[in-house]
Amino acid sequence: MPSRIGVYVCHCGTNIAGRVDSAGVARFAAGLKNVVVARDYKFMCSDPGQDMIIKDIREMGLTRVVVASCSPRLHEKTFQKACQRGGINPFLFQMTCIREHCSWVVIDPTEATAKARTLVAAAVARVNYHDELYSRVESVHPDVLVVGGGIAGIQAALDIAKSGHKVHLVERGPSIGGHMAQFDKTFPTLDCAACISTPKMVAVAQETNINLMTLSEVVEVKGYVGNYTVRIRNNPRYVNQDLCTGCGLCMEKCPKKVPSEFEEGIGTRKAIHRNSPQSVPNTPVIDPSVCLQFVKGKCGACKKYCPSGAIDFEQQESFLEVQVGTIVLATGFDILDPGSLSQYGFGRYPEVYTGLQFERLNNAVGPTGGKIVMKNGRAPESVAILHCVGSRDANHHEYCSRVCCMYALKYDHLIKDKVGHHVRVFNFYIDMRCFGKGYEEFYRRVQEEGVTFIRGRPAEITDQAQSPEEEGKLVVVGEDTLLGRPVRLAVDMVVLCTAMEPRRDAAEVARIFGISQGQDGFFLEEHPKLGPVSTATDGIFLAGTCQGPKDIPDAVAHAAGGAGQALALAARGEVSISPTVSWINPDICVGCKICIGLCAYSAIEFDERRKVSVINEAMCKGCGSCAGHCPSGAAQVRHFNERQIFAELEGLLRPAPPALEPRVAEAAGPDVA
Amino acid sequence: MEEISVRQETAAPLGSPEASFEPAIVAFVCNWCTYTAADLAGTARMVQSPNVRLIRMMCTGMVDPKYIIKALLSGADAVLVSGCHPGDCHYINGNYKARRRMKLLKEILPRFGIDERRLKLTWVGASEGNEFAATVNRFAAEIKELGPIDTRRLPLL
Repeated sequence: MPSRIGVYVCHCGTNIAGRVDSAGVARFAAGLKNVVVARDYKFMCSDPGQDMIIKDIREMGLTRVVVASCSPRLHEKTFQKACQRGGINPFLFQMTCIREHCSWVVIDPTEATAKARTLVAAAVARVNYHDELYSRVESVHPDVLVVGGGIAGIQAALDIAKSGHKVHLVERGPSIGGHMAQFDKTFPTLDCAACISTPKMVAVAQETNINLMTLSEVVEVKGYVGNYTVRIRNNPRYVNQDLCTGCGLCMEKCPKKVPSEFEEGIGTRKAIHRNSPQSVPNTPVIDPSVCLQFVKGKCGACKKYCPSGAIDFEQQESFLEVQVGTIVLATGFDILDPGSLSQYGFGRYPEVYTGLQFERLNNAVGPTGGKIVMKNGRAPESVAILHCVGSRDANHHEYCSRVCCMYALKYDHLIKDKVGHHVRVFNFYIDMRCFGKGYEEFYRRVQEEGVTFIRGRPAEITDQAQSPEEEGKLVVVGEDTLLGRPVRLAVDMVVLCTAMEPRRDAAEVARIFGISQGQDGFFLEEHPKLGPVSTATDGIFLAGTCQGPKDIPDAVAHAAGGAGQALALAARGEVSISPTVSWINPDICVGCKICIGLCAYSAIEFDERRKVSVINEAMCKGCGSCAGHCPSGAAQVRHFNERQIFAELEGLLRPAPPALEPRVAEAAGPDVA
Repeated sequence: MEEISVRQETAAPLGSPEASFEPAIVAFVCNWCTYTAADLAGTARMVQSPNVRLIRMMCTGMVDPKYIIKALLSGADAVLVSGCHPGDCHYINGNYKARRRMKLLKEILPRFGIDERRLKLTWVGASEGNEFAATVNRFAAEIKELGPIDTRRLPLL
């Protein structure tokens, strides 16, 4: 039975009708094969417009509908629902865009109308071959996995747990807290970072709905939205968490000292260590790469002195699997290693620090007990702070790291506050970006405190003195671009505001979770504006700086957003899954298995009995990698299959609108193709 | 942005085929990046050559080379395939698959008498409306320069 098609051409006020002769296009459509009715209307998306479609479906027995209006990205769903209300399957509908792709971008009305006619002809040709498709409804497991225990992961986990849903919080390090635990003060309020983050860390430990797993990593994720199976590796701590009281005697007695990662290399830790007494959990961890018991096979000082017998050198890594419905990724950021900017002498000159090192220098529980002093123990008389080290730099990261201006201002203030007002502080900046709440006010305050701001990115830092005053100091060489003259500035200490960058293993994490990275390497959100927490993979959400540089308030807000999205799915308990996925016709498939290797989602399996490849529809995302390659044409994406695309092509190219393309009309005779 | 806003060709008499040549160009674009960029270009009213008509695909990775051959044999003077930038694919790596297929197809097309310049693969991200308009206009100009495809004289037919 031939299909009965209704075509509806929208005016969109004058947005379309101003250039395209909508009524003329409708008249043209009425003459196309299988078209029963073609109408034009001022606003198809309005209620009367939709009612027109519904009425025609019911009264004229339409089996297919075509709407020519704005982009399907705007109103495809609207019209699909109208079709459904009229009584036909929503996939028996095709929308073509004659606004964004036609009336708004083609100046000549004749040409615009001709293009609109071509597009409508293509949609009509295609819709003939549409099939009825039905969305599937899958249940959603109520538990949620949160990966990463920084402030974003903590926020997401607490928000979800508060609703009564169970959360598995996986943290790679020995304790939660993330980078925020390393900070001393936070801008612009100068809140003590520990005072505001440790209550949240403790809340995580006390929340019964949170299953906190430290020293753990996700190694495999299987399944699909609502039904993920996650395999987690628990690395050994070598200290029994249940027995340990956190007294810290083991760390006192341990003979092996190494540079501390938590102190960013400017302090030391023992082989058995914990980040700080406020760590959650506060059980220490043994680093087997340096512990004498593991390296040399003898020592055991910690075991000997532990009053509760918690040390266990025999612990092994273990694996466990959890079932979750949704996943929130809060894997955070790394900071750029300024060693790659050799002109700044990081690693060569002892008094050149990264931002995080300076943060530890400031911190009351840091290696200097919060005293800002140089390696020789004296307080600096002058400090230069270099902004945008590795950020806004075509050779490193093009993006702005968003936090450096503000933490540089915080350091300015803290230096003046802690060391004394006589200390001269110089900021080398490109632009001051103080965009947040209270940030500009803080900038003003710091300016009033007598800090110097020099606009320009320094060329180098050197210890080669050119005058007696520069002897024994670090000289920042650059240009003041506002005054237009070169600058040489001798200082005691230099702080590099190094860029925030994606975690070094971000690509591996993206692979495990089946999500994408943007060009900058951070995880890619679904939409830069309207989908900043969701990813292209359903049921996986982003929180915090794994998506891009953020300050603490933004990371917390982002995490709360991610938690909300995950909860929306978990609370509803079911999710509808798009039917536009691949299908392999078993009568055509020759079992070459090429598609299995191509599938980025491992959604294709081989049926050994029938010797054909089979799509797991629950895991298939409908990307069509298999369909694009299948040598026998057995693999096809539903709603984007070969017949539909061929029909669309033929509609697009033939018959050609005579006003525009006389030649194609001639070439399109039966002798071709 | 290269603009071809005023186009004299339509006004030219049909008698001179070179002057009146209006190529038919089919563009297979991915839903997530280039189609969105085309929407953005439209919203920003960036004037584009009407010769290029879009076919929305979910991913460039689903563009079977036979769709391109079919388009060229059905009267398209050229085919544009455009998707997300490398690394930005909505489906992890579909655009890399498209890139491999297009490279091979470009090697095969000349053997059938089709100039490989009639097939173009570009990356236009969702936020690059201006880049989309420029790509369309540049490609249309290139194909106008190249002249009409003559599918009737192709050896395989």
